[in-house]
Amino acid sequence: MSVAVRIIPCLDVADGRVVKGVNFLNLTDQGDPVELAQYYYEQGADEITFLDVKATVENRSTMFEVVARTADAVFIPLTVGGGVRTVEDVAQLLAHGADKVGVNSAAIKRPDLIDEISSRYGAQVLVLSLDITRSSHTDSGFVVTTHGGRELTEIDALDWAREAINRGAGELLVNSIDADGTKDGFDLELISAVREISSVPVIASGGAGSAKDFSATISAGADAALAASIFHSKAVTISEVKESLRKDGFEVR
Amino acid sequence: MTQKSVVVFDYGTGNIHSAIKAVELAGAKVELTRDKTKCAEADGLLVPGVGAFAAVMEALNAVDGGEIIERRLAGGRPVMGICVGMQVMFANGLEGGVETPGLGEWDETVHKLDAPVLPHMGWNTVEVGENSQLFKGIENERFYFVHSYGVTEWNLDVIPPFPKPSVTWAEHGQRFIAAVENGPLVATQFHPEKSGEAGIQLLRNWLETL
Repeated sequence: MSVAVRIIPCLDVADGRVVKGVNFLNLTDQGDPVELAQYYYEQGADEITFLDVKATVENRSTMFEVVARTADAVFIPLTVGGGVRTVEDVAQLLAHGADKVGVNSAAIKRPDLIDEISSRYGAQVLVLSLDITRSSHTDSGFVVTTHGGRELTEIDALDWAREAINRGAGELLVNSIDADGTKDGFDLELISAVREISSVPVIASGGAGSAKDFSATISAGADAALAASIFHSKAVTISEVKESLRKDGFEVR
Repeated sequence: MTQKSVVVFDYGTGNIHSAIKAVELAGAKVELTRDKTKCAEADGLLVPGVGAFAAVMEALNAVDGGEIIERRLAGGRPVMGICVGMQVMFANGLEGGVETPGLGEWDETVHKLDAPVLPHMGWNTVEVGENSQLFKGIENERFYFVHSYGVTEWNLDVIPPFPKPSVTWAEHGQRFIAAVENGPLVATQFHPEKSGEAGIQLLRNWLETL
């Protein structure tokens, strides 16, 4: 027996409300992130991720309150990403009940942020989030993007992943900009490339369209898979994904 | 049965939100405090722990944590350690190439696990020890682990009439200790407060022993 594959629903949150693509008839308040998190918890989600898509100063305290209410109701790990720029941001999120924080552009701008968070709270709290696309200008053929894939950097994605692990990232959230929104399946080429260089857990993200897609990305080397719209649209449920993984011989909870 | 009281030891470590709520859900009256009298008088003392071994020891020492825990155990009063809160019950921690003394309730050393992927992060099965109270009815469940360090041996010999400790194991790269039940001192390497319904049941089982 070994550690089970993790399936992680991701909720985009702004102003204390879930935004985009949620349509559940059995919830009294479809926009309440706490109620949705609870719904996924009962469905068998292995972790929950909130992405603060606004992350403005005014929005911040609303987010803290959402995190605290979720931690009080949902007894699985909670990751919060979006707008994390300083160790103080991390301190606040952890104090309100987050178990891990996702860091993305702020670490690209100032890589020391990774060392600072990791040395204070341990690598296990730090999920480095990478938005990656293909490029002919880097050695690996993959480049890091910012602003949700709209802006390219000149950083080789695999070099950045290696550096982040050395600096103290405890986990990599690998989001394929090329696969995102296609529903054609995860970016297997990217996931296996990252797996080869990563000594920390890898979460695959972007492109999930069917339950079958999850087995493929785990075979490619992911330890966990994160998805949003496929779950929110109810195209596939978390238990269906797990059943499919189990049939394919993977261990699930 | 009267409601059991549990103090979650407040020494400034990580996320204690879920720990408090989970123990409440399991049926106890919970208070977060470092007040010595309250820590001594509660039916159970829960010692959480997140981060580096040395940092957790430093934070514990700053509020006489070792003495508070030691006094309870000397009087046979239950203490439960979680994650690094379990690791510090051992004699030593080897983290980042430094050796830090722990509370020394048990003799072994906490060291880095030998595994291809670390941290060990996620839901794993356990091999439940003999006569376990904690895992009653949840022997086949998975629990949520997140750690890179662990204890891979157990040597404690107990002379009767004291009951033999119950040691539960898990595997990630190598076999390591997932939980220990040793008289009033119990501890888990995983997070019961993050292990869904199974975790709540484990806490309920602990409360029943208080």
